[in-house]
Amino acid sequence: MSAATSVAAGTVRRSLHRQRIDVAGYLFAAVLLLSLLFSLALLAVLVVDQLGRGIPVIAERGVGFLTAPLSSSPARAGVVQGLIGSALLALIVALTAFPIGILTAVYLEEYAPATRLSRFIDINIRNLAGVPSVVYGLFGLAVFVTLLQSFGTSNGANVITGGLTLAVLILPLVIITSAEAIRAVPSTLREAGFGIGASRWQVVRQLILPSATPGILTGTVLALSRALGETAPLILIGAVLGSFSAGRNLADLFGGPFTALPVIVYDWARKPQEEFRALTSAAIIVLLLVTVIANGFAILLRNRYDRR
Amino acid sequence: MTTLTGASRRLEGSPRRHRNEGLVRAFLLGASIVSVAISAGIVLSLIFEAISFVSSIQLSQLVADGWFPRRGMFSLGTVIAGTLIITLIAMALAAPVGLASAVFLSEYASTRVRRVVKPVLEILAGVPSVVLGFFALTWISPHVVQALFSEAKAFSLLAAGLGVGILTIPLVASISEDAMRAVPLSLREASYGLGARRVTTSLRVVVPAAISGIVAALILAISRAIGETMVVAVAAGASGGSLFTLDPIGPGQTLTGAMASLATGSDNVTGNSSAFLSLYFLGFVLFAMTLGLNVLGDIFVRRTRQQY
Repeated sequence: MSAATSVAAGTVRRSLHRQRIDVAGYLFAAVLLLSLLFSLALLAVLVVDQLGRGIPVIAERGVGFLTAPLSSSPARAGVVQGLIGSALLALIVALTAFPIGILTAVYLEEYAPATRLSRFIDINIRNLAGVPSVVYGLFGLAVFVTLLQSFGTSNGANVITGGLTLAVLILPLVIITSAEAIRAVPSTLREAGFGIGASRWQVVRQLILPSATPGILTGTVLALSRALGETAPLILIGAVLGSFSAGRNLADLFGGPFTALPVIVYDWARKPQEEFRALTSAAIIVLLLVTVIANGFAILLRNRYDRR
Repeated sequence: MTTLTGASRRLEGSPRRHRNEGLVRAFLLGASIVSVAISAGIVLSLIFEAISFVSSIQLSQLVADGWFPRRGMFSLGTVIAGTLIITLIAMALAAPVGLASAVFLSEYASTRVRRVVKPVLEILAGVPSVVLGFFALTWISPHVVQALFSEAKAFSLLAAGLGVGILTIPLVASISEDAMRAVPLSLREASYGLGARRVTTSLRVVVPAAISGIVAALILAISRAIGETMVVAVAAGASGGSLFTLDPIGPGQTLTGAMASLATGSDNVTGNSSAFLSLYFLGFVLFAMTLGLNVLGDIFVRRTRQQY
């Protein structure tokens, strides 16, 4: 009896402790890891490739590359109009898309009654987020450029129409990320506010928005960095390809022809001369520094905020 | 009785406060109507201009040997074929790599690895598409495409498609990883309890449970690939137009590429010529395709959320 039990127990124990190497399992894990490393390697190759070609230009030209205007001669061409243009575009985007986007998010999360209209607005925003950026360019061309031309400006394609087009492009992104940040605010905060007799707006302004600020900030910075890298909408509404003289005064800056960093990258990338390849990479390094720093800042901010 | 009405009046608060709250609500609603107005603007401008394009040409011009807008040849089949080739190539790269990365991040990676890798993937997602285009032209084309096919051209649909694929890897990875991580732990535990290995658990339990989210990730990635403009504009060539082609190692034209080259061609098309109006026609076709895919993807995303 006891002998039989111990034999059976031995079999069970042996089968439980069977030390067989799970070859298929390890192979599967290796393939998965390789795919992940492949995507990371792509990013590394891209960055190294641009650095290798662009660093010599930046080393040779130094700050001169940043402060020189566009030129058809590769030895003299710089990106100053692109820097100015991108900065102005970012300013216009921040002044228009951020307030409208955050207010919309507040409405949808805190005010909107569960009506058909609210649901329609919500679905509408999610669909807008998936519209290709080039279509926003067409929208900017059909609406903003035409509108500005009808106001008597000879050239509707200026930094204002460009900025508004980009603002429209990132508006859904700003709304969606801000709404997520507001939704993450614990409802106890809200209830406490109402409990001491605060009005809805007081609760929103003094409790919910401060608490959601890190999340909203992350979303808006990510959206801004997306806007800074967009090219297609700007070339559709008529950002300048090729060289032009930089605006000297404010009226020229806002009303005259404009370009932006990614537009310069596109323009130079199409030029056949070998020297422009190096210049393109140098401009890409500047563009990546701007967008990746903005992105990285937002991601760090969110990770710190998430851990709390 | 009098005390009761007094109390209820006190609870109602001052009329001024009510008025202010109403104003705030109206203001916020106004902000959220902006996004609806934008959608309406996009749809209306696309439809009207597309109709005026179709009525400005003979319908037979839509069926030509190629897409040469300045010569009145508007072969829709050519640009749609190019778009489908790009999308197919992009998905052939992004679907396996993105899904494998997602399985690894969700099922195999430790928290620490995930915390390092996810931000890097997000940075890859944040690389401006024009940069990816330049990378496709100057690195993927000579080092991958022309290394594999000696007869390949410098500009090719294959190089552009791979570039678009790199852009969509992070999208596939992050949406499908979210879906897999949403699968309840109890399912995995049940599987391990039955003695299943990790590979079996991943492939037979987690992936099927998350299939809606995975399908959504692929659909949204396809929509993104169809709408991607700058990679194609830089790396696919054929900026003047293209004959109908199914050859991936030669240059070709896509919906978005055709739009970019119409907006930036040597003789910028403007005014009311049918070449200019064809921009809106292409935009309308692109918008309809991506909207359909996004709505479909959204249905799948919502199905995942409802399941658990």
